[in-house]
Amino acid sequence: MWIRLLCSVALAAVASVGTAAAQTAPKPPANDDCLACHGDPSTKRDDGRTLAVDAAAFERSTHGPMACVDCHADLAKLAEFPHESKLQPVKCGSCHDDIASKYHDSIHAWAKEKAGLIGAPSCANCHGSHDIRPHTDAASRVYRARVPETCGSCHAGVNEKFATGVHAAALKKGNSQAPSCADCHTAHGVQRVDSDTWKLKVTGECGTCHAQVVESFRRTFHGKVTELGFASVAACADCHGAHDILPARDPKSMVSKARLVETCGRCHQGATEKFVAYDPHPDPTSYARSPVLWWANRFYWLLIPGCFGFFGLHSALWFWRSRKEGGR
Amino acid sequence: MTPVSLAPLGEAPAAAPAYVRRFDAKTRALHIVVMTTFLGLSATGMPLLFSDAPWARAVATLFGGFHGAGLFHRAFGAVLLGAVVFHLGDVAWRAFVRRERGILWGPTSMMPQPRDFVDFYRQMKWFVGAGPRPSFEHFTYWEKFDYWAVLWGTAIMGAAGLILWFPVAASRVLPGWMFNVALFVHGAEATLAIGFIFVVHFFNGHLRPGKFPMDLVIFTGAVSSRELAHERADELARLRREHALAAYGVGEPAPSAIRRGFLIGTMALSIGLALFALIVYAVVR
Repeated sequence: MWIRLLCSVALAAVASVGTAAAQTAPKPPANDDCLACHGDPSTKRDDGRTLAVDAAAFERSTHGPMACVDCHADLAKLAEFPHESKLQPVKCGSCHDDIASKYHDSIHAWAKEKAGLIGAPSCANCHGSHDIRPHTDAASRVYRARVPETCGSCHAGVNEKFATGVHAAALKKGNSQAPSCADCHTAHGVQRVDSDTWKLKVTGECGTCHAQVVESFRRTFHGKVTELGFASVAACADCHGAHDILPARDPKSMVSKARLVETCGRCHQGATEKFVAYDPHPDPTSYARSPVLWWANRFYWLLIPGCFGFFGLHSALWFWRSRKEGGR
Repeated sequence: MTPVSLAPLGEAPAAAPAYVRRFDAKTRALHIVVMTTFLGLSATGMPLLFSDAPWARAVATLFGGFHGAGLFHRAFGAVLLGAVVFHLGDVAWRAFVRRERGILWGPTSMMPQPRDFVDFYRQMKWFVGAGPRPSFEHFTYWEKFDYWAVLWGTAIMGAAGLILWFPVAASRVLPGWMFNVALFVHGAEATLAIGFIFVVHFFNGHLRPGKFPMDLVIFTGAVSSRELAHERADELARLRREHALAAYGVGEPAPSAIRRGFLIGTMALSIGLALFALIVYAVVR
């Protein structure tokens, strides 16, 4: 009996000590605590890499009001400085969960997490870390006009090509509608461009600006097959190029008069000058564009309703009369 | 005996064989080929014509995707073109080499005759109750329309189809914008043909009162003399005049032939109406 009592007393003592310890636990470190070391520009890791954080830039950043340990969450319970040198990676997804899940399905995440490609980007490679600005801010790495430069820090060759094209020129002029990388490739869910799904989807993406052009494309064999969900025929980029798109009047353009035979000939071996008189964006309602197509359209717009109207009435009358005469 | 329910036709004509030969084996075979390839061409072409319809991909996948459907489409097209060319050759052979009468002109010819306009006028009068039910000769005006529609359609769609099948070869003689015209015409003519066959031909030939659910004559080749007397009294009278009735007389079609015709006809009508329903859904949705 007294043994049980002793045990209870001992347990209660242990519990009260624990509670007391929790009550006296240190508050999470404030930003100033962190900056005591990291605010010094000369703070370095053992390997010589800087550990300094530009406090002013951080305060101007979109995360300025937040605490360091909101992101560096494993330091939230830190009591003693300096802390361990190896920290957990920052999990942006703990706040930006929808974006993180998009990223997780992307080719970038696949390369980084599954293929072990150490150069593959995660959040900070594109957005920065302590100086993140909203994409509407011209100083942001992901500001529309600066996106090609940001992506180009890895995809340098693509950026070089893109810079020669009509979209980059419009972007440089400050056209807010001009596409940068993320408009076609998306920002977070970037996919392989050799997949059928991507090729079929990006045609619709071109159509968000070039709506009428895509509508006319949908009238063609190429347009119908791709709409059906098969990518083995030409879509926008197959003829126009992807990054270095140029207007047809530019002789360097894939769809210029000078290069059409070559461009069409990539699929249609043996294509000639006569062959490329094909209109990849036909409009049967435009007489000026193609008189014969216009006439064909007119003809069938008379023939089809005429035929169906005539024989529809013929059948209806026949049915009515037959029923009246007892089914014969 | 027949699975087809018919309203009373009246008395069988006196001194006539019970059944009369209407279509010979070659004609029946031609109809089977045209029917099969037409259904195949429709089913494999519709996914592309209605590429934005929700069923389009599923129908294409049924034929092995866009590539498979394309191969089937070309195969059906080649067979149909071959059949039509064979038929035209046969007509020319019979008319010009064997010098058969009644091929290019006359009551047994598919050539439109002055009589067809009179028939049409009388039929219209009957429709509106202003005259008696007209009597017809061997081919009625709507049957001739069907025949010429198939010839016209095959010629137009065959030509357009060949241009689209061999664009590089076609471009040696035609400018490239003819591919645009060819694709448009192929699709428009397909709309016309599918609508015409699956609604007008189905109704005129099979589904109308008196024939419903189908007329087996195209499968058995024989028409009862009662039905002939009811629909084509003028043909019956001519055959009597020419003393040809006995020569055309045949026995009642075997039950197996009737069953076979009914099975083929049911399948073809069902597939056709199902395809038409898909089009209606694609258009009105």
